[in-house]
Amino acid sequence: MFVSYKWLEEYIDLTDVTPEELAEKITRSGIEVEGVEVPAEGIKNVVIGHVVSCEKHPEADKLNICQVDVGEEENVQIICGAPNVAEGQKVAVAKVGAVLPGNFKIKKAKLRGEASHGMICSLQELGVEAKLVEKKYAEGIFNFPQNAEVGADALEALMLDDAILELGLTPNRADAMSMIGVAYETGAILDRPVKLPELGYETAAERAEDAIKVTVEAVEENPIYLAKVVKGVKVGESPQWMKNRLVAAGIRPHNNVVDITNYILIEYGQPLHAFDLDQIGTGEIVVRLAKQNEKIKTLDEAERTLNENHLVITNGEVPMAIAGVMGGYDSEVTDKTVNVVIESAYFAPSTVRQTSKELGLRSEASSRFEKGVDPKRASLAAERAAQLLSLYADGEVLSGTSASENMVIKEKEISISLEKINRVTGTELSEQDVLEIFRRLQIEASVNSGLITVSAPTRRGDLEIEEDLIEEVARLYGYDNIPMTLPVHETNPGGLSPRQQKRRLIRQTMEGAGLVQAVTYSLTNQQKVTEFALAAKTPVELMMPMSEERSQLRQSIIPQLLESVAYNSARQKDSSAFYETGSVFLADGSELPNEDEHLAGALTGLWQQHPWQGEKKPVDFYVAKGMLDALWEKLGISDEIRYEASNMDHMHPGRTAAVLYKEKQVGVVGQVHPVKAKELDLKETYVFEIKLEDIYGDETAPLKYNAIPRYPSISRDIALVTDRSVDAGTLESIIKDAGGKLLKNVQLFDLYQGDKMEEGKKSLAFSLTYMDPERTLTDEEVVKAHDQVLEAVKEKTGAALRS
Amino acid sequence: MEQRLQELKQEALEKIQHAADLKELNDVRVAYLGKKGPITEVLKGMGKLSAEERPKMGALANEVRDTITNAIEEKQEGLEKEAVEKQLAEESIDVTLPGRPVPAGHAHPLTTVIEEIEDLFISMGYTVEEGPEVEKDYYNFEALNLPKGHPARDMQDSFYITEDVLLRTHTSPVQARTMERHAGKGPVKIICPGKVYRRDNDDATHSHQFMQIEGLVVDENIRMSDLKGTLNVFAKKMFGEDREIRLRPSFFPFTEPSVEMDISCKICGGKGCSVCKGTGWIEILGAGMVHPNVLKMAGFDPEKYTGFAFGMGPERIAMLKYGIDDIRHFYTNDDRFLKQFARKEIR
Ligand SMILES: [Zn+2]
Repeated sequence: MFVSYKWLEEYIDLTDVTPEELAEKITRSGIEVEGVEVPAEGIKNVVIGHVVSCEKHPEADKLNICQVDVGEEENVQIICGAPNVAEGQKVAVAKVGAVLPGNFKIKKAKLRGEASHGMICSLQELGVEAKLVEKKYAEGIFNFPQNAEVGADALEALMLDDAILELGLTPNRADAMSMIGVAYETGAILDRPVKLPELGYETAAERAEDAIKVTVEAVEENPIYLAKVVKGVKVGESPQWMKNRLVAAGIRPHNNVVDITNYILIEYGQPLHAFDLDQIGTGEIVVRLAKQNEKIKTLDEAERTLNENHLVITNGEVPMAIAGVMGGYDSEVTDKTVNVVIESAYFAPSTVRQTSKELGLRSEASSRFEKGVDPKRASLAAERAAQLLSLYADGEVLSGTSASENMVIKEKEISISLEKINRVTGTELSEQDVLEIFRRLQIEASVNSGLITVSAPTRRGDLEIEEDLIEEVARLYGYDNIPMTLPVHETNPGGLSPRQQKRRLIRQTMEGAGLVQAVTYSLTNQQKVTEFALAAKTPVELMMPMSEERSQLRQSIIPQLLESVAYNSARQKDSSAFYETGSVFLADGSELPNEDEHLAGALTGLWQQHPWQGEKKPVDFYVAKGMLDALWEKLGISDEIRYEASNMDHMHPGRTAAVLYKEKQVGVVGQVHPVKAKELDLKETYVFEIKLEDIYGDETAPLKYNAIPRYPSISRDIALVTDRSVDAGTLESIIKDAGGKLLKNVQLFDLYQGDKMEEGKKSLAFSLTYMDPERTLTDEEVVKAHDQVLEAVKEKTGAALRS
Repeated sequence: MEQRLQELKQEALEKIQHAADLKELNDVRVAYLGKKGPITEVLKGMGKLSAEERPKMGALANEVRDTITNAIEEKQEGLEKEAVEKQLAEESIDVTLPGRPVPAGHAHPLTTVIEEIEDLFISMGYTVEEGPEVEKDYYNFEALNLPKGHPARDMQDSFYITEDVLLRTHTSPVQARTMERHAGKGPVKIICPGKVYRRDNDDATHSHQFMQIEGLVVDENIRMSDLKGTLNVFAKKMFGEDREIRLRPSFFPFTEPSVEMDISCKICGGKGCSVCKGTGWIEILGAGMVHPNVLKMAGFDPEKYTGFAFGMGPERIAMLKYGIDDIRHFYTNDDRFLKQFARKEIR
């Protein structure tokens, strides 16, 4: 809502309050003023001039030589290129020395040999937005009315020296979508009275009811419908002051009839609609719900298809307007209109809202109706329209109103105790303080046996419950005046849940391992949605995505991390190491999908390097795996984790492992399939993804100290030659099983599968540590255990001792 | 004999002095002090001496032996030291060459901001609550005093999955769920961080996905002044002790009264600048007293219980704190952006 400071002064005394001060006060007590703009800022020396003569430039077809009276001793000669310039016009003249928007300075000039001392301006050249310039002057210079005073300040005459306050209205403050509403708010803040427009006009003997019959068939959707009839109007330009105010409010002037309806829309917040009585043709207005697929051509010349939820104003036969949203093209007021019907109505907010939404059609009218207008204003606005049409369109107002009224207008009574106001706000206000605030708001309030009872005026539809009154009191008392305290109550200690603590531990471990945390989008496209998913489900899709790229909820984090890796490598960053924790979304047939928290990582390029010492360690499978191992250590679940060669779409078939926790797969680690990597513009890249839910679910084992062993351990190495197909993990578990309780640790320390080995064989060397915490082991015992290990390995894998 | 001993001493001391290394020195030791050395030889002739001369000569011989021994030891020390120095000199390196980089990861700046806020409120007795990102319309809107058809629903255009399920538009449904779990019994004292989604085109100031942190306190006798005091603690801890706060009236369907909190602009000190759009204040968060309808929906008696709630955007806070100009940076994972947040800011 744009509020003109000068227009506002019509309703309230703003002496001693600058626009900026007013803006600050309004912001602090209820409505955010998003900006204060002075349209004439940076413009000077523009006056009203009279074009005394206007002749074609001898050297240029499109130029005119004008002699212009600017209220000085001598006329000035101005060369003007506007197509509509003509002798006798009153125009805006930027004199030599004037400054126009964009710091454009007007200087003496010569145009094709003729001197030009100034410039005749269009409104656009004076900084008025093109969409606010009335069509008549859109392509040329602006004309003032003939009675404009020559030499007077043109900016003042156009009210461009005004200050416009831009209010950022929240949906509850529909009351401030009008000048009068803003005046009430300002009055409460400044504690000054509000002056409402005085109504009144002469009427003809003919009765409105005889000229137009009003029937409302959908009373619930349209509780109030009032029609005023004004005959013999002269459609023309509006008075300059009205045009100025409309422009200030952001509305383009059109003609006096339409302008008057718009003026009242802004003044009272009541949308009006003007019909050409003769175009209605039937002498009646019937308000009803539209028929399925009924069509109407609206003012913007678009054909709209309606349905049974939409309310229409008809002439008993065809729709003439979409109620509260937009008028129809055929019954529009035109230059030829003589007799006018003014509609002032109350349409149900939900009806207008639904219609406007379904048709994708929003207007100044619909935005007010859908939030609820003051039902009392319907008749006030109708009276105001009749008054202004008789004053500024020479119309003859028929007596009375043709009406359909089916609404009991009542002020809502709300009661609250002083104790509650103080208890909820933390203040110590007196009854008198509270009553004073309501007096300033011009809201009736009385005290009855300790209860403050307020009659909420119909203009303040947002006041419904006690808390609404608390807000009114608090905001006008001033939020600055509310003290600062902390809650006084019994509380439990704060803290993180085990799950949240584990999430932080995972974060710290991943970062300690050298990974950088990424955050990516949950929404992805149809192709990526199931890629790399541990167990792909039917994708969860948006009903109305903004783009295909962000239309489905991810089932794996890996695709997005790979995108981040590719993004960076496209920017000369060859090495990346990212991790992310976040939800993936897996439909499981219930109303809400399963939201599994996953940990994922993606690594490419060099893992460790020290260039001048020649160290360059590229990322490989074991780097990625080692990071996970570090995590299992931190979580104390290493013993429950096992890796198993595995295969998965888009993963390297020989370099991928399933991660098993308690023998159940919880994740995957491996190399992205080279074909997929190429498709994504990636070099060799390794990824992992772990389902955290199972790990989150288990408590970590209690941390308990084990006595430091007092007896030495004995180490024995064992080098085994096996078939290449036997994997190290299998050997290790065989050794562990066979070694008995004396075997404390098994460590692989060498792998050889080079030329010196027999074809298809490899050598693996393990270091085995034996220990008994209770005594020193004898050689015999160790030899015995070691022989058992060797025996078991031979038996189960056919491995032999390397000689 | 005496002369011979003196000659030997002179000879030996000369050789010791000229010994170039430990080996030469050892040769001298063996040569002069060994069992077959000249001093021993000389002493063998002691028997020929008189009884008076014998002890004298013995003392002299010992003295010569000691002198040589001492000289050798001294020389040895010197040579050893030299050898060590030589070795050290050979081992010296250029200490200004770069050290071996330790791969160091770090958190995303949004995590840093969120954890800082979490920890601050945890210290004031709050617990951290979470909830689903795909949410029922009921918890996202209806339980928060936003029935179907409520005009305020337009404020946050949403991504719906079905008529009744959507991507949550704020973390408030976690509040609704938590209150419901408390079944009408206070106190509730939580903060709820998480991802939220709105139907916005991504640009410098809008993101279809972003983070939010909300707080909620419900108990008997929770006052608006408690909200103000709590927000004041938050603002000072998060943005600096010298910051002032102010509350302005606002509107949210789930709170009444509703407020917006501004903090004084650090850049201009309140005089007005481009960052604060000339006002001297910067908008940080929205808050208010929990709407009685919200309390009722969750089973709390609004005559007995009151509460306050607040909500803020970690992106906005990070942008203000660190001077970041484009919200999209948070989701692009550009290394040139992320690595700037590798270090800790400790105040
Ligand atoms: Zn500033």
